[in-house]
Amino acid sequence: MTVKELYEKLDLKQLVEGDFSREVTGGYTGDLLSWVMARLPADAAWFTVMGNVNAIAVASLADAACIVLTDNAGLDEDARQRAEQQEIIVLSSEKNSYELGARLAELLKE
Amino acid sequence: MSTLHFDYVVPGDDFTQAGAASSDVKRKLKKIGCSSDVIRRVAIAMYEGEINMVIHAGGGTAHVEIDPDKIYVALEDHGPGIKDVSKAMQEGWSTAPDNVRSLGFGAGMGLPNIKKYSDVLKIDTEVGKGTTLHMTVFTDRSKAGGD
Repeated sequence: MTVKELYEKLDLKQLVEGDFSREVTGGYTGDLLSWVMARLPADAAWFTVMGNVNAIAVASLADAACIVLTDNAGLDEDARQRAEQQEIIVLSSEKNSYELGARLAELLKE
Repeated sequence: MSTLHFDYVVPGDDFTQAGAASSDVKRKLKKIGCSSDVIRRVAIAMYEGEINMVIHAGGGTAHVEIDPDKIYVALEDHGPGIKDVSKAMQEGWSTAPDNVRSLGFGAGMGLPNIKKYSDVLKIDTEVGKGTTLHMTVFTDRSKAGGD
C-alpha cells in the first residue's frame, strides 16, 4: 500500500507533506528513539508520540515511509521544519498506536 | 573510485543539530549509488555515535572515508571516557541523565546499535581523556568476516 492509501484508510491528518506514492510495507510502534532505530524496518509507517526534531532524524536515517503521531501528540515547530527539509511525511491521528497498528496490519493482509 | 574523505564537527549539548553529520553522509552515499541497506546501516551507526557524543562528551569530531568496498567512520571526543566498556555494550545499560531520556534517548541502545549495524567496531577509550569509535561497514556484508 502507499502512504496515500494509509492516510485515507486510517483517516489521518497531514502535518507535513511528501511523496505520498511511497510504498508502506510494514509498521512499527515505539517512543524510545534508539530502540526504534534498532528495529524500525525500512519503508515502515512509524507510530509514535515523539514529535521532536530527533524523531525526524530517526525516521530519516532509518528510512521510514512516514511518521504517524498518535494520541494527537504534537509536532514541535523545529521538527516540522526539519521534516520539510528532509522530506519526511508526518501524519497524525487522535487514535492510539495500538489501534492504528492493528488496523494497518489488517490492511497489509488484504 | 578513489577514497573520499569527509570531516565534521559535532557540536556538544545541542540535540537539534545531532544527526547533521550522519544525514550528510547519508546524502553523499545515496548520491554515489550505495545500496539502501548499506546507507541505512552507516546512517544509524553514525547517528547513535553522534548522539552519544552530544549526551556524554560535549561533542566531538567525525571522520568518514568512503571506499568502493567499505565505509569507515571515526568518531572522536574528549569526554569522560567509558569506565566499563562491557557494560556499555549491554542493551539497556545507560548513564544518560533524565533530561536526555525525556527526548527519547538514554534507552541504553547506543553502543549495542552501533555494533549491530557496523561490521567492525573498535573502541579506544580512556577515563578522563575521551573516546574514539572506529566503525566499518562493508558494502558486501558477506566479506565482513566473522563479526
